[in-house]
Amino acid sequence: MQMLALRSDQMIKAEQKPIEEILTYLDPYKKILLSGCGACVTVCHAGGEKEVSLLASSLKMARNLTGKPLEIQEITPARQCEPEFAEEIVEIVEKTEGVEAVLSLSCGIGVQTLARFLTKTPVIPGVNTVFMGETVSHGVWEERCQACGNCLLERTGGVCPIARCSKQLLNGPCGGSSKGKCEIRQETDCAWQLIYDRLKSLGQLDKLREVIPAKNWGTESRDKGPRRIVREDLKI
Amino acid sequence: MLVFIPKIVAFCCEQSGVPAAEMAETLKLSVPANLEIVPVPCAGRTETLFLLKALERGADGVIVFACHEENCQYLIGNMRAKSRLLYAQNLLQKIGLEKERLEICNIATNSGVKFAETLKDKAIRLKELGPNPLTRINDPLAHANVGIKE
Amino acid sequence: MKAGSNLEKVFTQGHFAVTAELGPPKGNDTNVIQKKVDFLRGYVDAVNVTDNQTAIVRMSSIAACSFVIQMGMEPVMQMVCRDRNRIAMQSDIFGASALGIRNILCLTGDHHTFGNQVNAKNVHDLDSVQLIDMVRTMRDNQTLLGGEDKIEGEIKMFIGAAANPFADPFEFRAVRTAKKADAGVDFIQTQCIYDMDRFKEWMKMIRDLGVHEKVHIMAGVTPLKSAGMARYMAKNVAGIIIPDALIDRMAKAQKGADEGINICVEQIQELREIEGVHGIHLMAIEWEHMVGRIVEAAGLLPRPQVEQDSGEKV
Repeated sequence: MQMLALRSDQMIKAEQKPIEEILTYLDPYKKILLSGCGACVTVCHAGGEKEVSLLASSLKMARNLTGKPLEIQEITPARQCEPEFAEEIVEIVEKTEGVEAVLSLSCGIGVQTLARFLTKTPVIPGVNTVFMGETVSHGVWEERCQACGNCLLERTGGVCPIARCSKQLLNGPCGGSSKGKCEIRQETDCAWQLIYDRLKSLGQLDKLREVIPAKNWGTESRDKGPRRIVREDLKI
Repeated sequence: MLVFIPKIVAFCCEQSGVPAAEMAETLKLSVPANLEIVPVPCAGRTETLFLLKALERGADGVIVFACHEENCQYLIGNMRAKSRLLYAQNLLQKIGLEKERLEICNIATNSGVKFAETLKDKAIRLKELGPNPLTRINDPLAHANVGIKE
Repeated sequence: MKAGSNLEKVFTQGHFAVTAELGPPKGNDTNVIQKKVDFLRGYVDAVNVTDNQTAIVRMSSIAACSFVIQMGMEPVMQMVCRDRNRIAMQSDIFGASALGIRNILCLTGDHHTFGNQVNAKNVHDLDSVQLIDMVRTMRDNQTLLGGEDKIEGEIKMFIGAAANPFADPFEFRAVRTAKKADAGVDFIQTQCIYDMDRFKEWMKMIRDLGVHEKVHIMAGVTPLKSAGMARYMAKNVAGIIIPDALIDRMAKAQKGADEGINICVEQIQELREIEGVHGIHLMAIEWEHMVGRIVEAAGLLPRPQVEQDSGEKV
């Protein structure tokens, strides 16, 4: 049964893996469960219900042409990143005869959550999780956040230099900022130009006069190892 | 004698393709046998999936009849259909099917002649291309899209 | 004296300083360094040794600087933030200081995707402003960044950085240089100047902020070899502005190279007149042997003989 997403989770952006790569992973199997996800990957058109149907059709045809048919069962639960939903998929795998692997179009989080519960069935990722970002316009998504662990958007007018400056400068711009664009490519805006413009329109340019000291990557960020949040008040 | 009569699925926009088909009928123009017309309110209603599913289920070729580029009643439905068709063609190439099996044709309401001619052309090209490889594999002894030539 | 380097003394004694640039070899061939040092000998007060410029892998700046010292010239060690974290940087600064390096230029670094190892992991633990602050902490506080760990010995470094009056946003560029001054920079080298008006505007903003009194500004100069080079740079290099009039002049010249040198010498003479400009930084890319000719034609010879720490003249 296809479940509709109850809310539109959309921060994670992913892209479907090339079909050649997916076919390589599926080579040993004759029957799989293809699981989409109703949250982030639906919004960025990488792994929702539509993408599941399209991929299933493509895979079936590709395998038929090589004379090794592939049976695919399709499902798109609301999310895969929580035990409540992952367990539904586990149930289906256990109840359905002959499912040898799960091809998951969920982001890396969903794949890992599923894998945690499916100890005897391989879970294969069908998308590449790329970044956390914004839908700029239909069909266009851009990176906005790198989960640095200590949000400094208050000082930069709501534009993040860690996610949007190619060199993650905290006291930018560098000498390569030209006509509002980053030196590495024309399509990339210079984050510090955006910060400057935003602070100017807010009347807060004085914020740029102070030197922002070196970031604590080792105590705030991924550099301190895989991170964890615990809320004692919420634990049951 | 058994001959290959290509199965063509034609998604016809109700603002252009369907009237053109009706005109072709009025003019008593012949269209290829083994043609399935699927009316859609706008070419933009054609999902990428429909294009692939048609081939998956044994069609030899698919064509989308859409309004001319500036004339879509729903503004850019015809452009959406075109993007999806290009995307589907790309997918086909990656899985080993010929992208030429899919095409889009821009047409006006009174183009009965163009409608018939385009379909006749398509049938000829599909005959040259050969049957959908999937149908051969599924049933090597019989061919799904054959008919008796008199 | 903050570091006692030759360059620092030239400034302190009120002379107009001259530096040039030297790119280390793309391997371990020290003859490359020797040749370039020989071209520059007697024409410069110190030479910048670049640090994997444009992210092309070359011999490390610290190693190349060490050879430059052995060959009898004073280096300015360039250090970029792109490839090293603060641990490696402070470690390298210890080593540099021990090897006799007394000048450091703190840079962000060209993005690694411009170079020949595009799949590397980008570091950028610090940015150039934070690097300046870190070196200042090591020198004046005698501790590591963070102020807690005592350094064994003294790190004497004359701290430099870059400025680009031709990048955007223009109104902010001088402020950014002021930030570098706040962080502790002693001297600034600018990107090469062709648009004299814009540079003069920037210098005015620098003076209005009082930066010229705290920091020695060196104007960047690069001689044009041909009209083609001028057009290429104007179009492809971010942060360089070349006025059409200059391109035309190069195009109309009989011998492009000679005209380029003439223009360069004229620029130097004009730059010397600007209040707050205390020297020039000559970036004669792959044209190092022209440095001597330019310096001589601009009337900058002989270079000042300053007293070394031991009392001997250089």
